[in-house]
Amino acid sequence: MDLPERVHVRTTINGQAQEFLVPPYMSLLDTIREIAGLTGTKEGCLDGNCGACTVDIDGRIVDSCLVLGAEVDGQSITTVEGLATKDGLHPLQQAFLEEAALQCGICTPGFLVASKGLLDNEPNPTEGRIRHWLAGNLCRCTGYDKIVRAVQKVAASS
Amino acid sequence: MVSTFEPKSDYKVIGTRPIRHDGLDKVTGRAVYGADIKLPGMLWAVVVRSPHAHARVKSIDTSAAEAMDGVHAVMTGADIPKHADELIDLGEGAANLRWAADNIMADEKVVYRGHAVASVAAVDRYVGEMAADAIKVEYEVLPNATNVRDALAPGAPIILEDLVGDDLGDEVRNTNMASHFRHEFGDLEGGFAQADHVMEREYSMQMVHQGYIEPHNATAIWDQEDRIKIWTSTQGAFPVRTQTAGILNMPESRLKVTPLEIGGGFGGKIPIYLEPICAILSKKSGGRPVKGIMERKAVFEASGPAPGGVLTVKLGATKDGKLVAAETDMKLEAGGYPGSAVGAAAMCVFSCYDIPNTRIDGWDIVVNKPKSAAYRAPGSPQAAYAMESAVDELCEQAGFDKMQFRVDNASHEGTRRGDGVIFPRIGMQEVLEATKSSPHWNADIGAPSKPGNKRGRGFASGYWFNVGLKSSVNLSLNNDGTVELVEGSTDIGGTRASISMQAAEVLGITAEEVRPTVVDTDTIGYTDVTGGSRTTYATGYAAWKAANSMVDELKKRASLLWDIDEDGVQFEDGVFSSSTDSELKISFKDLAGKLNDTGGPVNTTGAVDLEAAGGAFGTHICDLEIDPETGKTDVVRYTAVQDVGKAIHPSYVEGQLQGGAAQGVGWALNEEYFMNDDGAMTNSSYLDYRMPTSLDLPEIETVIVEVPNPIHPFGVRGVGEVPICPPIAAVANAISNTIGVRLTDTPMNAGKIIAALED
Repeated sequence: MDLPERVHVRTTINGQAQEFLVPPYMSLLDTIREIAGLTGTKEGCLDGNCGACTVDIDGRIVDSCLVLGAEVDGQSITTVEGLATKDGLHPLQQAFLEEAALQCGICTPGFLVASKGLLDNEPNPTEGRIRHWLAGNLCRCTGYDKIVRAVQKVAASS
Repeated sequence: MVSTFEPKSDYKVIGTRPIRHDGLDKVTGRAVYGADIKLPGMLWAVVVRSPHAHARVKSIDTSAAEAMDGVHAVMTGADIPKHADELIDLGEGAANLRWAADNIMADEKVVYRGHAVASVAAVDRYVGEMAADAIKVEYEVLPNATNVRDALAPGAPIILEDLVGDDLGDEVRNTNMASHFRHEFGDLEGGFAQADHVMEREYSMQMVHQGYIEPHNATAIWDQEDRIKIWTSTQGAFPVRTQTAGILNMPESRLKVTPLEIGGGFGGKIPIYLEPICAILSKKSGGRPVKGIMERKAVFEASGPAPGGVLTVKLGATKDGKLVAAETDMKLEAGGYPGSAVGAAAMCVFSCYDIPNTRIDGWDIVVNKPKSAAYRAPGSPQAAYAMESAVDELCEQAGFDKMQFRVDNASHEGTRRGDGVIFPRIGMQEVLEATKSSPHWNADIGAPSKPGNKRGRGFASGYWFNVGLKSSVNLSLNNDGTVELVEGSTDIGGTRASISMQAAEVLGITAEEVRPTVVDTDTIGYTDVTGGSRTTYATGYAAWKAANSMVDELKKRASLLWDIDEDGVQFEDGVFSSSTDSELKISFKDLAGKLNDTGGPVNTTGAVDLEAAGGAFGTHICDLEIDPETGKTDVVRYTAVQDVGKAIHPSYVEGQLQGGAAQGVGWALNEEYFMNDDGAMTNSSYLDYRMPTSLDLPEIETVIVEVPNPIHPFGVRGVGEVPICPPIAAVANAISNTIGVRLTDTPMNAGKIIAALED
């Protein structure tokens, strides 16, 4: 069996320039997890319906299981590992902790990246807008109540 | 002997809302879940699954896969040891090794679509998928039966030819009926003879899935010394060890199971699936680590969903509104092998009410669907849907007030449960009173958001018995007065916090000063699953014991420092002091720094095996808005009321109530295994299975009722399972109230609402 030639990709992940050789069939999710070694981005369904693998590509919120690693050449990616800075946690991370907005935590990285994508563009969304924006991210533990409250808390303090 | 405790109210840590200990790792992406482990030389397992619901495996040709570059091992069902009937105790429930082994990988016969038949270990998942595709399996397809009606029909295909069913004690062969049991108390005929009003109704339900976002996964090494190491996402590392060792015919002591973080379970991560497969592939590849992740389609088709089935309920009440008789027949789908939740359903079905004369019959029916597993209060939501719908209809028929009828007939201390158990102190009546005084109950339903739409309200109650079982906790004291807490209970939703808080309360330190760690099976004593709503209750109890031992040990150390009698040392509010000399006192923290002068390290342990747990009740109120043109149903307001005994960390108690309610609403309105004639689930993706999103739900209000559980040091009752019991019936009752039609089969989706309105 001959495997296809790998693709050379230059990208930026969480502000750090990275260079990979990626099999052409490998998803961005597996590229991030298996090649870059950043396992904060989670696999839930591999068909773009749960949002656990949500990352930010150049300001767009994307299910990384639906993108190939080979497609991100020249683009900039932010994963959950890129939210906290040297100065501390992102306000959303702090709010999720304080509001008990996670139970098992597997969906949390996706919710955080998606929520940041909302608040970066719309600092003061309504509850309805938050629920609409986050409808692409499934959580099976919380009933969403505390997640929505955590996002509202950050919005209110901005 | 069961100890009893007097309730207290002046807690310092219990009832507060500290940030959970594992929270930081989980919001930063650092937490290591089952799929995140990476070991040197690791291979990927990919499983070949049956496309047929019921078929004989005629041949498997693995030669092409074995010849592929990058493929290190191939296995089939022939590699799984065969077992006779042998029950293994899993803490919450048991498994018959014979069926459990067949469920891991079929040998001669597949009994549901998605049943594993072969597997490969390859250098990565993509090569593994290509190799799996190259395995040729020849099947003889058999007729299928995917629901209880078809499986019990005359001439139904027999799914397990060697199954011997138990029909009220009689052996039955050539059947899909694994068991039929009965609980009967009082004088049923006499009870119905007293009744002025009788309501009888049949309900049918479809199989549903727990829907945890993290797929099953496992990583294993089977080394050359015949030691097996497993890393997995599970509700219980010890039951994984028991099941895997049993299936592989290995002594448990040769297995070490490390539970990694778990991305949801709800009962579905008690059974094992990939662990023996990865272990066998590891052995065949010379001890290389082998990791497998189940794809989402396989999670739906081949893990352990909750049974659908057919339930009838018949109720009799006097004209004064007293329930005098009740009977039920409950037939639940076991899946491809025996063992549905019908036994637990029988323990729950009439539990909200004090009924003198009852009969409960339960049937466990084998069908061509995945082997069912526990799903949050297994069996109770199904039972509550039937019972609480019937209670509503009885009230409508007789003209009773639905709330007053429930209050008048509510179970209480001394009530006999339908299976004969006599209730100790319980909180059903308090829950109904709290429901009546809740903001939601006393608010108007409000006007529909657009003309033509209708609004209505329903409510329903539910019960779960909760379990106790075995837990171990070790504590060790650091010289700065902080405490390391080591436990065997995997943390699905905040139990590191709720267990640490119980230790902290005893020790007079803060929740943050206790650092909890969940460890592997070599490092802590036996601990049963995180399930049965037992973890905060039983592992918390073990932590309480270990902390009390630590206090006793530290009293001894203080007595050595002060050269006084040990009995003369008392401990209060984090300070040790002499009962006779007020000059002699030392804080917990200061004493921790002087251990080297008193005999060295202080390590204590707490172990429990709790037979009783103390059941709990909840009542949910649901307001709906329905568009009669389209059947579209929106939940516009929702409140969950529950007796939790004592809320250790109220935020996570609220979270359990909200999460259970959300799952129940999904079960009620949307979720089902939609089966075609070939026995295939046609909606085996999140897109088509359609669990609730944030847009489908309103804010979920909670009312915490605290009727302390007398057999727990802090009054805790299990919390996690009760909240999924009331919602299906609450939604059904709300639909009836909104549009005047009674839906008796789930899911109660738009299509069924339209069809019912057109009738």
